[in-house]
Amino acid sequence: MPDDGGPSMRRRVALAGNPNVGKTTLFNALTGLRQRVGNYPGVTVERKTGDLSGAPGVEIVDLPGTYSLTPRSRDERVAHDVLTGRMAGEPTPDLVVSVVDATNLERNLYLTSQLLDLGLPVVVALNLMDSADAQGLMVDVAALSAALGVPVVPMAARTGQGVDDLLRAITGDLPAPPPRPAWTLMDAVEPAVEALANALPPDVPPRQRRSEALGALTSDVLLDAWATRSPAFHAEVLAQRDALDAARAPYRQAEMMGRYGWLTGIARAVVTKRADDAPTVSDRLDRVLTHRIAGPLLFLALLVLIFQAVFSWATPAMDAIETAITAFGDLLRPLLPNGFVEGLIVDGAVTGVGNVLVFLPQILLLFFFLGLMEDTGYMARTAFIMDRIMRKLGLSGGSVVPMISSYACAIPGIMAARTLSNERDRIITIMVVPLMSCSARLPVYVLFIGAFIPALAVGPFSLQGLTLVGLYLLGTLMAFAAAWVLRRFVFQGDAGLFVMELPPYRLPQWKTVFYRMIDRAKAFVVRAGKIILGLSMVLWVLASYPKHPSGDAAQQAEYSVVGRIGKAIEPAMRPLGYDWKISAAIVTSFAAREVIVSSLATIYSAGDDATEDSPILRERLQNDVGADGLPVYSIAVALSLLIFYVFALQCMSTLAIARRELGGWKWPAVMWLYMTGLGYVFAFAAYHAARAMGWG
Amino acid sequence: MTLADLHPGDAATVTGYAADVPERVLELGLLPGTAVTLVRRAPLGDPLDLRVRGFHLSLRLAEARLVEVTPDA
Repeated sequence: MPDDGGPSMRRRVALAGNPNVGKTTLFNALTGLRQRVGNYPGVTVERKTGDLSGAPGVEIVDLPGTYSLTPRSRDERVAHDVLTGRMAGEPTPDLVVSVVDATNLERNLYLTSQLLDLGLPVVVALNLMDSADAQGLMVDVAALSAALGVPVVPMAARTGQGVDDLLRAITGDLPAPPPRPAWTLMDAVEPAVEALANALPPDVPPRQRRSEALGALTSDVLLDAWATRSPAFHAEVLAQRDALDAARAPYRQAEMMGRYGWLTGIARAVVTKRADDAPTVSDRLDRVLTHRIAGPLLFLALLVLIFQAVFSWATPAMDAIETAITAFGDLLRPLLPNGFVEGLIVDGAVTGVGNVLVFLPQILLLFFFLGLMEDTGYMARTAFIMDRIMRKLGLSGGSVVPMISSYACAIPGIMAARTLSNERDRIITIMVVPLMSCSARLPVYVLFIGAFIPALAVGPFSLQGLTLVGLYLLGTLMAFAAAWVLRRFVFQGDAGLFVMELPPYRLPQWKTVFYRMIDRAKAFVVRAGKIILGLSMVLWVLASYPKHPSGDAAQQAEYSVVGRIGKAIEPAMRPLGYDWKISAAIVTSFAAREVIVSSLATIYSAGDDATEDSPILRERLQNDVGADGLPVYSIAVALSLLIFYVFALQCMSTLAIARRELGGWKWPAVMWLYMTGLGYVFAFAAYHAARAMGWG
Repeated sequence: MTLADLHPGDAATVTGYAADVPERVLELGLLPGTAVTLVRRAPLGDPLDLRVRGFHLSLRLAEARLVEVTPDA
């Protein structure tokens, strides 16, 4: 049923605006915590909706931040489709709030002018009035409202100023749809648009005919949709394009010139600047932060700080979580029937989920820093500083953040690649970020380095520490190499566009940073948790059954399904120096790398009835001897294993998220094959090189 | 001359553009007649930080070469 906007009806209000205009802050202010975050079907664009605080029946849809409604990027496509009722399951909004940055009126009004063309009721939220004031900019609100023909609400969402006025505008009587904006196309193009507006099928409402005609003329994406909806109109557009091309009329650029021609006049009339022309705080900050020498050094310092935080500040919290999980398991044991159920729940589910939850402090810290970088405007500078280098390596400045995120976890890294507007850049970035050593590899590194790399001092450093740094470097360098190969041989051609705003620096909105951190962490826990919970129970069963008839625990590991698989693939793993136990442990960790630690613990403790006073895993590994009486582990085996874990893709969550972000199994399959292939080849090389050096 | 030929601090006016200039560049307001200042180059010389219509726009040299300018006296 169509919504007539009456107060008892459900009303849908869309927030549209450029990136970096405080749209998220406004959305949070309007909805509080009553938000729902999901995805638009079939595209990796976040769909955020929420109920208006204190006004039941009003739903706010936060559209992706875009500079234009002409659908070139995925974000623009979604914004366009929602606003024109083309998105399945999304009714056309009843009201559009055009969120505009008062300090940058001219460029912001470009999108507003496109919104006015749609024929929907529009309210302009003139945000960041406090920043405009600080910069000595004065905006004549009444004149702006008169020029655009729609209500304009001056506000500052982060201080709450004007939010009540906007609320009244949203919940009150809907304003009349705006008059057709007074911008004009150049004479060479106008007749073509008029002719096309008349050629549209009769079901297109009069108020939308002109903008539909212009869209089809200037955008191939929009035109393509007409091929099935109205072949006659489609043919007419192609004919008009040919005629315009023949007349050398720049019809694709005519819209920009027409709109800006109109808007420049409006901006001049309504904005006055106080005389002082001092550089803004933001400009002064940029002199340092993007300085040719200081800029990169400060960026490096920030990375070191983030690493320090993620790897050492998180430790106490991680230890606490580990203790809590163990205590929780111990608490459960007496409550559960002995044997199968107890093992399945405590040793399987609780331990397995605990293995993932233990990374939560690191992931929260990483998300916190990333959110801070985004919210302050520094993120765009990292792309600006790094673009040249990254492009030489086959990536883009926008790949920096996904790569850094992946040091914590490839899942947020892959999700962060959404900001790359070029599809090839995005695919390449997603394909290589899982090579960055994530926090799940850390327990593996720590266990094997601690057990087998001698604690020698090398100058002021320890050999163990240097080995750890070397593993991180190895993964990072391989990510660059893989990107180079993909760009050179698979995704040939130019890197995507790098046309990016460097937004003014702003003080972070702690609430926004906090909500975003919690949102993303929740997504990680739910996704990872679901997979790990099921999988760790399955693995526990496979490692515990079938039961060896003698009941001798020493033979149980070998007798179990996991042990048999280990035996079966041992011939393939032998060239890397692995026996059946290591092979079995690797198999169990194909779903999640860190599982190898608990798998080895299971396999090795199976040889001992003592539970509480067992020697630690490290010593057991060191003391293990094979059938030939020689130690199973040598430096060569340890190096081989470490390198295998640097490269091999053993993470079901990464594959699942890559499938979602890349829309199919093809690239995730390639990802798994090339990474695991690299792991095998380099582990083999490392094992034999180390043996040749006498470390075997 | 083009945007790519400006020195940091130079102010100029856009006079035209090559036919294959990305439409995004025009949508962000870099149109004939627009005043533009090259604020700085990135640490490795590319991309550029331009000031146009009151905001900072970053463009790679490859795209900057497609926009023709006349330096202000």
